[in-house]
Amino acid sequence: MDISTTTIAALATAPGTGGIGIIRVSGPEACQIGDKVFRSPSGKRLENGRSHTIHYGHIVYPNGDVLDQVLVMLMKAPHTYTGEDTVEIQCHGGPFVERKILELVVSAGAEPADRGEFSKQAFLNGKMDLSQAEAVMDLISSTSEMSRKASIEQLSGRLARLIEKESSRLLDMTTLIEANIDYPEYDIEEVTREKLLSETEDLLEALSKLYRTSDSGIRIQEGLRTAIIGSPNVGKSSLMNRILGQDRAIVTQIAGTTRDTLEESVDFEGIPLRLIDTAGIHDTEDMVEKIGVERALEAARKADLVLWMIDGIDPKPLSEDMKEALEEKQYIILINKEDLVEEPERPSFLSDQEEIIWISAKTGSGVEKLKEKIQEMFFGGRIAIDSQPMITNVRQKDALRRAIEALVSARKGIEEGYPEDILMIDYTNAYDALGEISGHSLKEDVIDEIFKRFCLGK
Amino acid sequence: MYQEQEIDVAVIGGGHAGCEAALAVARMGLSCVLFAVNLDSIAMMPCNPSIGGTSKGHLVREVDALGGEMGRNIDKTFIQSRMLNTGKGPAVHSLRAQADKFRYKETMKHTLEEQEGLLIRQSEVVDIDIQDGSVKGVITAAGAYYPCKAAVICTGTYLNSTCFHGEWKAQSGPNGMQSARGGLSEALVGKGLPLRRFKTGTPARVDGKTLDFSKMGEQKGDERIIPFSFETDAEEIERPQRSCYLTYTNKRTHEIIRKNLHRSPLFGGAIVGIGPRYCPSIEDKVVRFADKERHQLFLEPEGENTNEYYVQGMSSSLPEDVQRDMLRTIAGMENVRIMRTGYAIEYDCIDPLELKHTLEIKKFHGLFSAGQFNGSSGYEEAAAQGLIAGINAALEIKGEEPLILDRSQGYIGVLIDDLVIKGTNEPYRMMTSRAEYRLLLRQDNADLRLTELGHRVGLISEERYTRFLAKKEAIEQEKERLKQVHVSVGANDLLTSLGSTPLSSGTTMEELLKRPEVSYESLASVDPERPLLSRDITEQVEIQIRYAGYIEKQNAQVEKFKKLENKKIPEDIDYEAVGNLRTEAVQKLSRVRPASVGQASRISGVSPADISVLIIYLEQRRRHAAERKV
Repeated sequence: MDISTTTIAALATAPGTGGIGIIRVSGPEACQIGDKVFRSPSGKRLENGRSHTIHYGHIVYPNGDVLDQVLVMLMKAPHTYTGEDTVEIQCHGGPFVERKILELVVSAGAEPADRGEFSKQAFLNGKMDLSQAEAVMDLISSTSEMSRKASIEQLSGRLARLIEKESSRLLDMTTLIEANIDYPEYDIEEVTREKLLSETEDLLEALSKLYRTSDSGIRIQEGLRTAIIGSPNVGKSSLMNRILGQDRAIVTQIAGTTRDTLEESVDFEGIPLRLIDTAGIHDTEDMVEKIGVERALEAARKADLVLWMIDGIDPKPLSEDMKEALEEKQYIILINKEDLVEEPERPSFLSDQEEIIWISAKTGSGVEKLKEKIQEMFFGGRIAIDSQPMITNVRQKDALRRAIEALVSARKGIEEGYPEDILMIDYTNAYDALGEISGHSLKEDVIDEIFKRFCLGK
Repeated sequence: MYQEQEIDVAVIGGGHAGCEAALAVARMGLSCVLFAVNLDSIAMMPCNPSIGGTSKGHLVREVDALGGEMGRNIDKTFIQSRMLNTGKGPAVHSLRAQADKFRYKETMKHTLEEQEGLLIRQSEVVDIDIQDGSVKGVITAAGAYYPCKAAVICTGTYLNSTCFHGEWKAQSGPNGMQSARGGLSEALVGKGLPLRRFKTGTPARVDGKTLDFSKMGEQKGDERIIPFSFETDAEEIERPQRSCYLTYTNKRTHEIIRKNLHRSPLFGGAIVGIGPRYCPSIEDKVVRFADKERHQLFLEPEGENTNEYYVQGMSSSLPEDVQRDMLRTIAGMENVRIMRTGYAIEYDCIDPLELKHTLEIKKFHGLFSAGQFNGSSGYEEAAAQGLIAGINAALEIKGEEPLILDRSQGYIGVLIDDLVIKGTNEPYRMMTSRAEYRLLLRQDNADLRLTELGHRVGLISEERYTRFLAKKEAIEQEKERLKQVHVSVGANDLLTSLGSTPLSSGTTMEELLKRPEVSYESLASVDPERPLLSRDITEQVEIQIRYAGYIEKQNAQVEKFKKLENKKIPEDIDYEAVGNLRTEAVQKLSRVRPASVGQASRISGVSPADISVLIIYLEQRRRHAAERKV
C-alpha cells in the first residue's frame, strides 16, 4: 500500500480551551505548507530543519501581516505518530486564532481532516499494529456520521442557502455551454463571450462577497453552545443579560435567524460561551409560539451544555419532549428568583441526586456559583466544544475560495480568448467546489439539465 | 444436433459490435465464426445514415487508433463529411460523415469475407453451452454445435424484438429483418442472467422525388475533408458530396400529433421498454416541450444509388396514416411519399452491472457481450464495445493480460466504465459531457493515446506502427525546436496584421503560439528555418502549445484519479466481512464488484468514509497475508 498522498490538517486540541491550541499538519507536504504560513526570526525554513526540533516564530497572512506568535514542533517521517512529516503549530488558544491558522494552512494546500484521518495515515504507514485497524475503522465511520450530521445542519445554514443560488446560476450557464457542444446543429440559444463574461463577473462578485462576509457568519457558531431553557418568564433573558453584562465581553451580537432564539457570544473566564436564549416552553396552540417551542427543543438537542431554569416561585417540570432531549445532555439546573423566595424549597419533581443552584438573575446572586460549576465541568472534561462546526466551516470556506479561484481563471480564459469548452474545465471546478458545500456534482447534474431544458435528439 | 468444426471464438450477431469483435479476434490470429440471422444485415444501419458526430466521432477515431474497422469503412463509403464544432476548442471538434448505408454494409461484409480465420454463417444462435461456469460451445437453431472457448453476444435490437407503429405490432427485428426469438433469451435467463427490456425508434424513410428541396435549407459537406481513419490519406478521399436539408415542423404538425396521441403505442401503453431521453420520438417532443413552436428536421440521403431520405428529428411510432399526414404539413414535404414507415422497437438486453471492464460477463468465464445488448445505443458505442470485447476474448484465450481503457485514456474507457460501474436506466448514449478529461481525449490525438495499445495486442501492423512512431517523434522535435526559435520585434508588422499585440522585446515561437489569434501557419514568414511537416503534425504542435496550461490542469486531475485506480481490490473480497461499511455500500459493492478503489468510489451509494474504511481493510488484509507468509 502506498503512502497517502494528501497532506491533512486539523485542530489537535479541543477548540478554544484557553491556554494553548495545537494545529497538526501531516503528510508529504507538511513542511512546505508550514513554510508558507510560518516565519522564524532567523528566516530558517522548516523544510531544511532537523527532525524533532522546536522553532519559535510567527504565523503570517499571505500579505505578511502577523497573526500569532507560535512555537512549531517539526517532526519528520518516519518517526512521527502518522509516519509522515508532521508540523505541529502551538498557538495562543481561542477559537478565532485557531480557526484562522487552520484556514491559512488549508489555503496553503492541506486538506481539513476529520479526527479519524490521522489514525488512518498512521495505520497505513505501519505505525499501528493490526489489532488497531478495527478501532480506526470505527473512528472513521463514527466521525463521518458526526460530520454528516454537521454538514446536514450546514446545508440548512445560511452559507449553503446563499451558495445554492449562485450554484444553480452556474449550472444554468454550463448547461447551455454543454448543450451547444453536444448538439451544435440545434437551435439552442448561443453562449456569447459577452454573456459568459458578464455571468462570470456576476458570480465572482456574489461569491467574493460571501467569502468576505463568511467570517462573521462562522464565528458566531463557535464556542461552547449553551442553551438556556425553561418555562416562559422564568428569567432566561435576564440571566443571559446578567452573564453578558457582568463580563462585558461580547464578541459579536446578531439577532438569531429565527425571531425567537437569540444567540450571543461571551468569553466566560477563558471559556468561549455561545449563549442561546430560547422561547419559553409551554403547551401552546399559537402557531408562532409553537415554532418558538420547536426551535427551543432543537437548540437543546444541538447544545454542548443546557442551562435548565426553574421558577423558584412557581416551579414546573419539563415537557416530555424536552426531557427526552436532555437525556444524553450535560445540564445544570438553576432555580431562579432566589431574591423573591422566602424559604427556598426543592421542587418536588426533581430527584434528590440532582444538583441544583439557586440564583437570582435580577440581583446576580448565585451567578458566581454557576461560573464555577461550568468551569469545573469544562476543565474536568465533562463538557467540550464540538470541533465539527469549525472543521466544516474551514472546509466550506476553503471550497468557496477554490470556487472563486476557478472563476478567476475562467475570467482570465475568456479575456485571453479560450473557447468555452476549455473554460468548462474552470466552470466544472467551480461548480464542484461549491458542490462540496451544497452536495452537487456537475457531471451528474448537467446531463439531466440538458434534457430537461432542451428538446434534442434525432 | 450435429457437431461443427471447433473454433476459438463465436460472435453472435453481425452488427457494428459483432463486426469489430470478429475482425479483432481473427486479426489477433485466432479462429472466429460470426453468426447473423441474415447475412444482409451485417453492418446494417437501421437508423440514421451517418457515422460519428459529437463524442461518437471520438469513439470512431479511438476504434481506428486501436486497429478497428469502422473508421476505414466509413472513409470508403461516405457521401458527405463535416467537422462539427469548429468554432469551439479542439477538444470538442467532432467528425461526422453521411454514409451510403448500402455500400457501407457491403464493404464491411466484404472486409469480413476477406479476413483470414473468419467464418461467416447465416444462423441464429439459440443456446450457449456453459459447463462449470465456462463457455464450451454455441448451438444454432438448425442444430449445429460449434465448440468454442469464448463467445461474444452482440445481438443488438434483435433479441426477442417487437416492432410497433400505431395499432400495428410485429415480432420482427429492425428494418423488417427477422427477430432472434429462437430461445437465446430464455436460455440466458435459465442460466441465471436476468434480462430487461429497452426500447428505441426510428423515423420514416421518404422518397426524395417527392421532396421540394427549394423550400429547405441546404447543408453541404466540408470543403477540406478530414478522414476518420489515421490510415486514410486525406488527399485521396476527395469526392463529390451529397447535401442534407434542413426544414421544420410547425403548429399544424403538432396538432395532428396531439390529436392522434391515443393511437401511439408509447402513450397507449403497448410499449413497456425504457426509451432514451436523448432520442425522443416526435410525439414525445411535442408533449414534453409543448410551448416549442417548431422542431428541426434534417433530410439525409440514405445513399448514392437510392432516392430514400431519412427524416432526422421525426422518429415516431404513430400509425402509418398519421405519419403520412404529419409529414405532409412540413415545408418542402407537402407531397411526400413514405417508403418505409417509422417504428419503435423493443428488445432484450442485460443490466451492464453484470459485466467486468473487459466486457466479460462476471458469472460466466469466456462469455463476453457488446453493444445494445449491454444497454447502450448507437453504432459507434456498439463498435467500440465490440472491439474491446473481441480483443479481450482473444487475450483471455491467449492467456494474456486484458485490455482495459480507463477514463483518462479514451471515450471508450468512459463509456465502458459508466456502463459497468454506474449502470444505466435507459439506452446509454455517449456525450462529451460524460468525459471529465475532455481536453486530453481529443479526436485529433486518438492515435497518440491508443495506437501503442493497439500495437501491443496485435491489431496495428508493424508498418503502421513505424509511421506512428515517426509522427510522434516529429511532434516532439518540432515542439522542442519552437522553444528555441527566437522571434524579434521585427515580427511586429506581422503580429499587427494578425490583430495581435506587438512585442516590446524578443520572445520565442512557443510563446507566440500561445496567443489564440496566432496560428502555426501564420508565423511561417518569421520562421524561415521551419521543416516541412504534414498538417496532422503541425496541428498537434499547435494544440499542445496553445492549451498547455489547461492540459497541465487536466493532467494533474488525471494523476489524482490514477492513484485510486491503481489501488486494486482482490476479486475474492467479501464485503460482508468488512466491518463498518454501511449496509447500502455493502450491497452496492457486492453487486458491482469493482476492481479498484477508484472504481468503488464512483459507485453511487458508496461514501468517502466507506472508501476510507475499505482502504484500511485492504491494508489489514495485506498485512495479514504478509504475516502468514513469514
